[in-house]
Amino acid sequence: MTISLRRPYDDVVIAAPVTIPYVRYSIESAQWWIGRALSALVAQAGIKASDIDGLCVSSFTMGTDSGIGLTQHFGICVRWLDTIPLGGASAIAALRKAARAVQARDADIVACVAGDTNHVDSFRLTLENFSRFNQDAVYPYGAGGANASFALIARNYMRTFGVTREDVGRIAVAQRANALRNPHALMKAPLTMEQYLSARPISDPIHLFDCVMPCAGAEAFLVMRDETAASLGLSAARLLSTIERHNAFADDPMQVRGGWAMDVGELYAMAGVKPEDLDIVQTYDDYPVITMMQFEDLGFCNKGEGAEFVRQHDLTIDGDFPHNTSGGQLSVGQAGAAGAYLGLVEGLRQVLGIAGPTQVRNASLALASGFGMINYDRGLASGAAILAGPSR
Amino acid sequence: MIEPIKPSRRKNPLLRTRLPASPPRPRSRMSHGFTRAAAEGRFMLQRCEACGAFAYPAREACPSCLSAGLAFVDAPRRGVLLAETTARVPSDVYFRERAPWRIGLIKMDCGPTIVAHLHADCAEGAAVRMSLQLDKSGQAVAFAHPEAETPNMADDRQWREMTADPKFRRALVTNGRSVIGQEAVAALKAAGAKTVFVGIAEPWRPFAGEERLRGQDGIEIVTLDAADEKSATDVAADIGGKVDILVNTTEYVRPGGLLDRRGTSIARDEIDQAYLGFINLAQAFGPAMRTRGADGINSSAAWVNILSVYALANWPAFGAYSASQAACLSLSHCLRAELRPGGVRVMNLFTGPADTEWFQTVPPPKVAPRVIAQAIVSGLRNGLEEMYVGDVAEEIRQRLAANPKALERELDR
Repeated sequence: MTISLRRPYDDVVIAAPVTIPYVRYSIESAQWWIGRALSALVAQAGIKASDIDGLCVSSFTMGTDSGIGLTQHFGICVRWLDTIPLGGASAIAALRKAARAVQARDADIVACVAGDTNHVDSFRLTLENFSRFNQDAVYPYGAGGANASFALIARNYMRTFGVTREDVGRIAVAQRANALRNPHALMKAPLTMEQYLSARPISDPIHLFDCVMPCAGAEAFLVMRDETAASLGLSAARLLSTIERHNAFADDPMQVRGGWAMDVGELYAMAGVKPEDLDIVQTYDDYPVITMMQFEDLGFCNKGEGAEFVRQHDLTIDGDFPHNTSGGQLSVGQAGAAGAYLGLVEGLRQVLGIAGPTQVRNASLALASGFGMINYDRGLASGAAILAGPSR
Repeated sequence: MIEPIKPSRRKNPLLRTRLPASPPRPRSRMSHGFTRAAAEGRFMLQRCEACGAFAYPAREACPSCLSAGLAFVDAPRRGVLLAETTARVPSDVYFRERAPWRIGLIKMDCGPTIVAHLHADCAEGAAVRMSLQLDKSGQAVAFAHPEAETPNMADDRQWREMTADPKFRRALVTNGRSVIGQEAVAALKAAGAKTVFVGIAEPWRPFAGEERLRGQDGIEIVTLDAADEKSATDVAADIGGKVDILVNTTEYVRPGGLLDRRGTSIARDEIDQAYLGFINLAQAFGPAMRTRGADGINSSAAWVNILSVYALANWPAFGAYSASQAACLSLSHCLRAELRPGGVRVMNLFTGPADTEWFQTVPPPKVAPRVIAQAIVSGLRNGLEEMYVGDVAEEIRQRLAANPKALERELDR
């Protein structure tokens, strides 16, 4: 492992994990969902809205708004502001920026929020207007959206490494088992391997249960210094390390690894832990094959051994490798940019010991990862963070 | 292997005609470099003038060296299909109606990877030959074919969306009195057109080549004088719903420019025949064609104009004629925009002087009418929008691009 040259996060902590329960379709706006999340943050932390002096927002469906419009909309005066349009990598990126802001005392309490609405037509509009390369060179080809793009990646990955649909399906089936313990998960029926395998094809080899369900919802957390949390009497998790990488391995003709593979040594070195020390792992599961790729790139096994890894481990809450304990996006739903936050917020709840029905016993060390922005032929953005609960 | 397509059965008039939908249309401005290439059937990619790297999708700076000098150049067409998928539930009406739709990612031998529509005979891991096509929204898309010819290749379902193949379609050649018109009829028949209607003004007047049209299987003579609004409307009332490809072969060539003519009577005839004739045809046949753009194997597919290349640069020896052709060229762009929602292509063939009576005094090279007819079929089969037929037309195209002022001076001889 390499020695990190980056400054440690010292006394940076994360608190007040907030999830506004998702709905399949909402007639409310993204701003409404973000407003609910901010309100819940304030209530949960026992602070006033005016105590928030930093704001970081991610959303696909805010229309012409960015973070600045929201300050006036919600009546908050901040001295640090960011809007992060990184899709599934937004939460890790928000956490990284907010951590440095509070560490440098540019702000004391940063609210990191992601929220999206889902009108009947908004998912198609998001697909159509995703990015310039997507508009020019992907969407006109069958208009399959992310399903078609990830299908190409999945097909190549599965053929290259001899991965079967059943291997990939283990991830989805385990997450559904977890979701059945999460009252807020949109998917409430059990999923068997037979059902997974016989699901209708969407964009071969992607079938129905490989896909997330677009929905409306919001997620949020607070970033501050240890001393601030202590003065507020807040239970908080320490940020041990993070990584972030964009447009990695551009010379790979097709994506078989994400940017994590470039920085994973630093992730563990900075945290001073090893992969096997982790109590829970929350990957970005827009498709289970991408989760399998993360098991490799985040150091749990070697490249090409992802399928064997999932065969050898039980990924459920009570298993030997508790993974995506809330059910993940595959079973809870994908609330736009809030999907990036889902794993991190659940991981935070776990190490704080407040995850309720999905709680993993004695969980104190969590890894959460993010992945996003399939601009053209691959996901460009990746990130990960390691958190430690107060008991560690 | 592709199953050969079958001719469509007689249409049930009680059933609703499926209305045309367009595939996604928005593109960046730079991306229209591909549209330009596709219009002429070329395969072009951006190549960095500084470092020589090819780039895709369309970019504003080279991803290898950040130079802004990315020129669209003709590029090698060979690549390998890395992975494919079949989109079964697309989010867009056009593709949803045509699902399952097969696409793939191709690694080009020259460097970039390209998402492309796949011909059904393309196989993963095998070499493909790439082309740029205009889809039903008129925008450029990449299309991958198997490297070698395969049986019934042109009948591929996805390929046929990119073309206006005459096979099993019904065509109208608007003027069968001309040699070009007669050759066009023969070429369309030979290309598998089910029926070719051919317009003859005043059919009781005999004309040369009449025997090639009368009493021939699959050729129907209709009384049509495009310059006469009522005539065009009457024919359209009769066969308008059955015209899948319209080939506008109106020809009215007279020598002379401005000062060596007296008055406007000849100019008026030129405008009547070529320009107003075009308008009459468009108004009579265009609306039905635009509605029938997704009407099965024999959907309406294309409108073809045969234009003088001097529509692009005036040739004073035939100066007024050149102007009438320029007017038709401009109108063709209007027609293209108006037929676009129906997915109906407008193809312009630019030719130099043809080997016909009104260019009798013009020295060679001249274009044989049969070559023009073959070009029509080839353009339809390849889904082109612009063709330059013959050496003169090609030369004018190149000289116009190089220096329009030089061309203007040199046409004044």
